[in-house]
Parts: sequence; C-alpha cells; structure tokens
Amino acid sequence: MRAEGLVKTFGDQRAVDGVDLEVHRGEVFGVLGPNGAGKTTMLKMLATLLPLDGGQAEVFGHDVHTEPHLVRQLLGVTGQYASVDENLTATENLWLFARLQGLGRIEARQRGRHLLEQFDLTAAAAKPISAFSGGMRRRLDLAASLITRPPLIFLDEPTTGLDPRTRGQMWDTIRELVSEGSTVLLTTQYLEEADQLADRIAVIDHGTKVAEGTADELKSSVGRATLQLELVDVADLAATADLAERMLGEAPVLTPESRRVNIPLQRTDQSVDVLVALRDRGVAIESVTVQKPSLDEVFLALTGHDAGPEQSPDTTAGADRGADRIEAVR
Amino acid sequence: MTTTQTTPVAPELMELPARVSLADTVSQTMTLAWRATVKMRRSLEVMFDVTIQPLIFTAMFAYIFGGAISGDVGSYLPHIIPGLIGQTVLTACVATGVQLRQDLDSGVFDRFKVLPIARIAPLAGPMVADMLRYFIAAVLTFGVGIVIGYRPGGGFTGVAGAVLLAVLAGWSLAWIFTFFGLVGRNAQGVQGISLLVMFPLTFLSNAFVPTDTMPRPLEAFAEVNPVSLVITALRDLANDGQVTGSVGWALLGCAVVVAVFAPLSVRRFKKM
Repeated sequence: MRAEGLVKTFGDQRAVDGVDLEVHRGEVFGVLGPNGAGKTTMLKMLATLLPLDGGQAEVFGHDVHTEPHLVRQLLGVTGQYASVDENLTATENLWLFARLQGLGRIEARQRGRHLLEQFDLTAAAAKPISAFSGGMRRRLDLAASLITRPPLIFLDEPTTGLDPRTRGQMWDTIRELVSEGSTVLLTTQYLEEADQLADRIAVIDHGTKVAEGTADELKSSVGRATLQLELVDVADLAATADLAERMLGEAPVLTPESRRVNIPLQRTDQSVDVLVALRDRGVAIESVTVQKPSLDEVFLALTGHDAGPEQSPDTTAGADRGADRIEAVR
Repeated sequence: MTTTQTTPVAPELMELPARVSLADTVSQTMTLAWRATVKMRRSLEVMFDVTIQPLIFTAMFAYIFGGAISGDVGSYLPHIIPGLIGQTVLTACVATGVQLRQDLDSGVFDRFKVLPIARIAPLAGPMVADMLRYFIAAVLTFGVGIVIGYRPGGGFTGVAGAVLLAVLAGWSLAWIFTFFGLVGRNAQGVQGISLLVMFPLTFLSNAFVPTDTMPRPLEAFAEVNPVSLVITALRDLANDGQVTGSVGWALLGCAVVVAVFAPLSVRRFKKM
C-alpha cells in the first residue's frame, strides 16, 4: 500500500495535511498519534470511506479513488465506525457479511462457525451484541473483517477502551493474524501497542507525519540512555552529581527523596567510567540501571506533548519541533 | 488460531471483478432485506404505523367525512378506503427514510460501505423489507373497511390487485423519503422534512375529496400527483376489478419517482 501527499480538509481545518505512507507486504505498520491527530481520517480515506482532497493512494496497485471496488475486495477494515450490527446476534452478523461478500449459504454458515471458534465466541454465538463485553465486541468486529481473508487489514485503534488483560489478548490475536501472512495497518494512541506490534511506525500529529521508522530507530533518534543510580547514603548525592558533571559535561537530575540520581549518557559504555570513579571515592550504591528512552519519551520529544487524550496548548511549537525531528530520523 | 487455507496468490495477480453484477446486486439487496426483517421482528414498535394507525384512521375518516362528502358513510367507503390505503402507505414510507437515517448513524453502515457490494444495496435492502409493512397496511385497511360495511366490487382478485399495486407504489414513493433520509442531518430533521412533503402529497390528492372542488392550481397539482394516480388505480382495481388505463398511469407515475429519486439517493450515498 502506498499513499502520497494525502490531504483532507474539513472547512478550513486541514485534518490530514500531506502525509506519505508506504506499507510493505507482510508487515505491521503502526500509525501512532494522539486523539485528533488525523489517524482515523487518514485510514478512512485509504479505505475508500472518505474522498481524497489531495494526493493519491493505491492498494496492491489499485488506485483508491478510481478503482474503489477493486480496493474494497482486498481490504478488511475494523474500527469504531466500521462495526457490526447491534440488532443481530454474532452468528447473524457473520452470516450477513459473508453472504454480502458472495459466500454461498453453506459456506457462509461454516465460515461463521469457524470464525466464532477461532475468536473464542462460540458460547456467545446466539447472544445479542448489546450483551457483549468490550473485548468480545472487538473480537467480533475483527472476525467480521476477516471473512474473505483479505490480504490487507486496517485496524483502527483496535484496543482503545479495553482493559489491559483484554488488550493483551487482542495483541495475541493480531500477532497470529500477521504470522499467517496478512499485512496490517494499525492506528493507535498507545505507544506500548505500537512498540509491541508494529514493525515500522509513523508518528502523526496535527495531520502531518513527524517521524517514521522502527521503534528502535525512533528511540535512538531522540534518545540517549540514562544511568539511574540509587545511593545508600543521601549525603553522597551532591558529590556524585559533581563527579558526573565533571566527567560527562552535563548536569544529572537529582531526586533526594529517593536518593536517586539520573545521569544522561552520550554512549552506554560511559556508565562504566562513572561507576568505577564512584567506587574509587567509596560511594556506596544501592542499585544501578541503564535505561533506553521509552517510546513515551520519543513521543514527547517529537510532538512536544504527551500521547494521552489531553493535548497540550502549545500545539504549533510541538509541530515545529516535530518537523525538525523528521530530519533527525532520516 | 487455526487456518484451513492461506492466500497463496499475490494480491496484484488476483482476478477481481471490476464491478458488481446485476445478479450479485439483487442477492446483496435481498440479504440486506433479510437483515431489515430481523430488525423488524426484534422491535415490533416500528410496526405501529402500519397496524394501529390503519385501524383507527380508517374508522375515523369514514365516520367523520362520510356524511359531509358523500351523504352517508356507506357510499363514501368505496372512495375513502383506497384513498386511505394511499395515505397509510405514504405515512409508512416516511418511516422508511427516518429508519434509514438512524441506520446510517450506527457503525454498521460504514462497514457496508467498505464492503465490495453494490452501492444501491444498503438503500434498496431495507426498502424491499418495508414492502412487508405496506402489505400489512393495505390488507388491514381493506379489512377494517369490510368490517364497517365496504363491499369492494372488484371481488377478491380486484382487492388482491389493489394490494399488489399499493405495495409497489409504496416501494416507489419510499425513494423520495430515502433521499430525505440521506440528506437530513438527524432522524428528527428527516421526520420534519418528510412530514412537510407528505402532507401536501396526501391532501393535495384525490384521497379524501374529489379534486374538482379544489381551486384550479391545486386541482392541477392534484391531478398529476403520483399519489392521486395510484389512488385512482386502486379504486378502479378494488371497486370495478378492472385493469384500466389509470393503472398504467399509476405505474408510470411510480416509475418517474424511482427514476428521479433512486439515482439521486445513490449519488448522495456515494458521497457520504
């Protein structure tokens, strides 16, 4: 799947503003961004649900705008908007979507039964959807988009609003899907989800792509590791900070309440130098960790605000800083 | 997770049909009609307008207007019963549009849109199912009429023909309200605009009174109003048992409505 210069405007607001994406066969491509970043709008455009205001996109060589019918035959879409029918049971839903996609009566029934089994919904087969839990509902949504075994699957925030345990189950399901050779385009506002599932990640903020790469690439683009020390005696804290600053040229962050000091590193092996110097001075150390930056920190650095639903007010500053970071990733 | 088969063919090489065939369109429409009937069974209150309403309206209109218009109730019945069938079916059409709007606002319609199915199927499916409602409305109205003394001269075949025409006309006229369902922002809005159109269509017709008592401009509209054409044909079928030219005119009127509003609706739906 390839998209170039995607644009979508609502009134005078540019919801998606010139995004390029390329998803390779067999990979999980994660689109990561906060609420309102334009992820869902972008996905809807690629899924033929919204017309493109600019740019072009193709799926397996078929243009989304001129050949929507062909594109739809290759796609499975699961999202909060493309869901199942609340008025029908699970069995009826799968039968409905199977029949609509040209499966015969017997075939449709078998496929439905098979999918219910596969997604562990057999016990709830005859229940109305209103009696379903959030996790069951998502599993049925996903099952309904897999009826024709589409080669490309769009998952729009597949675990938003699920509890951690159900989220983990959903992740397993998605991993199994990928191991069978499906290509997945996944949007999420959870950094952990992108980290866990996606081979490559594009970070989207305010309708533009601010970074792209593997989770590791993104992390190393912002980041540097930190050496986190917990000292035995809080009195050593100042001396330790002094030493670290003299050795590395940068002031560490101190947390006297917990006797901690966080020392930023240019290279991971500098941690050894610091530790040796501390032992020479007889500073007793309770615990030591060397930490790579988390995707959360990456996100904060790229967009200037947290990934959570709350958006910081300095939005323009965030976008600007993000633009600088693209260069950094490249 | 177990799989019985994988997708060995490269997606670029799959032979995919470039458009939906007519047979598939019909099959998809019938599948979606099935969905609509399941929904009807689960929420029977949507049937009130075609069950309770004909029962009350038929008796009410016959007894209120009968004496004033035709001298007595008995001689008004051949006039009012087919008129009321037209009116009830039109009311039922309004619900078709309102329900479509509610459906559009639920998540499932977007899934219909990303499926490789004919764009007309999600619209036409519920409309086919609603033919059941028009059928119930027509049969009940005839039933109440017969109970209060209506003796259709066309006999069983005449009445059956009239019911058939009423169902067909309901499906055709429903395209008007389907279009409103697609244009309106929410169910209340659709209801409002639909009633605004339904009342003139009903009362500026020959349903309740002969059109020659109306002022010229209104009479001119009432004569070409598809609802009038249908009601005249219903009277000919039910009262005389004859397939007259008016049946042809009624079918033509319905065809014109479909020819205008079906393409408008599908175009609108594609853009949503």
